[in-house]
Amino acid sequence: MASLSHKDLLGIEQLSIEDINLILDTAEALREVAARPVKKVPTLRGKTVVNLFFEPSTRTRSSFELAEKRLSADILNFASTTSSVSKGETLLDTAHNLESMAPDIIVIRHQSAGAPHLLGRECRSSIVNAGDGMHEHPTQALLDALTVRTVKGRLDGLKIAIIGDISHSRVARSDTLLFHKMGAEVWVCGPPTLIPWDFDRLGARITGCMDEAIDGADVIMMLRLQHERQNEAFIPSTREYYNFYGLTRERMRRAKKDTIVMHPGPLNRGVEIDSDVADADYSVILNQVANGVATRMAVLYLLSGYAGLKVKKTSR
Amino acid sequence: MKKTKGKLLMSAAEIDLALARMAAEIVEKLGSRDEFAIIGIRRRGVVLAQRLCSKLEAILKRPIPTGILDITLYRDDLTTAGNRPLLRETLIDFDINNLSLVLVDDVLYTGRTIRSALDGLVDLGRPKRVQLAVLIDRGLRELPIQADYVGKHLDTTEDETVEVRLNEEDREERVVLFSKSV
Repeated sequence: MASLSHKDLLGIEQLSIEDINLILDTAEALREVAARPVKKVPTLRGKTVVNLFFEPSTRTRSSFELAEKRLSADILNFASTTSSVSKGETLLDTAHNLESMAPDIIVIRHQSAGAPHLLGRECRSSIVNAGDGMHEHPTQALLDALTVRTVKGRLDGLKIAIIGDISHSRVARSDTLLFHKMGAEVWVCGPPTLIPWDFDRLGARITGCMDEAIDGADVIMMLRLQHERQNEAFIPSTREYYNFYGLTRERMRRAKKDTIVMHPGPLNRGVEIDSDVADADYSVILNQVANGVATRMAVLYLLSGYAGLKVKKTSR
Repeated sequence: MKKTKGKLLMSAAEIDLALARMAAEIVEKLGSRDEFAIIGIRRRGVVLAQRLCSKLEAILKRPIPTGILDITLYRDDLTTAGNRPLLRETLIDFDINNLSLVLVDDVLYTGRTIRSALDGLVDLGRPKRVQLAVLIDRGLRELPIQADYVGKHLDTTEDETVEVRLNEEDREERVVLFSKSV
């Protein structure tokens, strides 16, 4: 028997090493479902999953939806633009309304950090954080870890370089927390305007020099410039950004022979990553997408044990 | 409830003898007629399937495909709340369509595991026929399921447990019956 030590998956921060290994092992076992002629198992039959997306999302939402469908769950999709949220309903009211429809799991993406945590305290359903503001994106970090573990066979002792817009990236936060927890050496790199000065508290080393970050790295994780979260000018131009922080073939020549390149998507080709690099053999970007479905299936499977259990509300 | 000392039901030699007889029966029923494969149900069914397979290959002088089935995703008790059973991978790397399959498990009891296994197989294709081989049939079925090849039949009560211990999983080799004293 196996279970997570939490009712909700709110972030990597709360997870123990055992939790993380359990999720990764379960995801690994579930990958096989995608290779079957019938890509569906009856495991979550009769369970209801609500996808509550307050921010536009294609990749994560479809990945969750596919994971839910492959486990035979019933799905309710709410997008903020087409629901009563646009009519002025508060998050808490939305949550209480949903709760009275007795869903088992609520997957939420919200522009405010902590929104899933609020729901976790207020709802009986299990909450899965699918990205909250600039805070965390735990399932992305877990699928990244699964991808690295599959290729490299381990996580501890690896050098992982996360490069790009660190400030606005919840992926950078969750990835740093996870890889650090699992014993990897995490470097974050980007223009000083896009790195929080206290990021080393999460366990990362900070550098502004891309060559230093890449040198000897086993994994190079490129992040997108998040134009939609930037109100100010953090960089002079995307051209200059490319020159200093773009992953080019030239830079890859100086990297370790067996290094792998990752990117949570969507790619901005020619800004943070060259087309040649994104499509090269050492790029595992599409493996990440495939692992995303298996990872989300694993999370839903493990959390579904909590559905119907009376969980004590944690104090605020 | 406390477990009392177990009663030995089968020794290592008896287990081997039973498997040899089952292999001979499988050859008799399927060997000449069909292409067939062996599927072990995790966990101890996998060990038994491998042993049956090597016996079958020795008799038939041809390779017999073997696979591993994890039935966790198909269990009928997942809708109840509680801990999730640990999930492991199903590994069947051949096409099961139009193939005769022999499912292998250690103990046949309620029949619920086999029900789950049959559901799992259906999602992988349409086998020509599915047969069942178990080392121990202890009766007390809750579903209309029966085995085609049985190592040993036992009359048991619900208070008793039958434990099959195999070198590969348990570092000892025997079948033991425990009765729980109330």
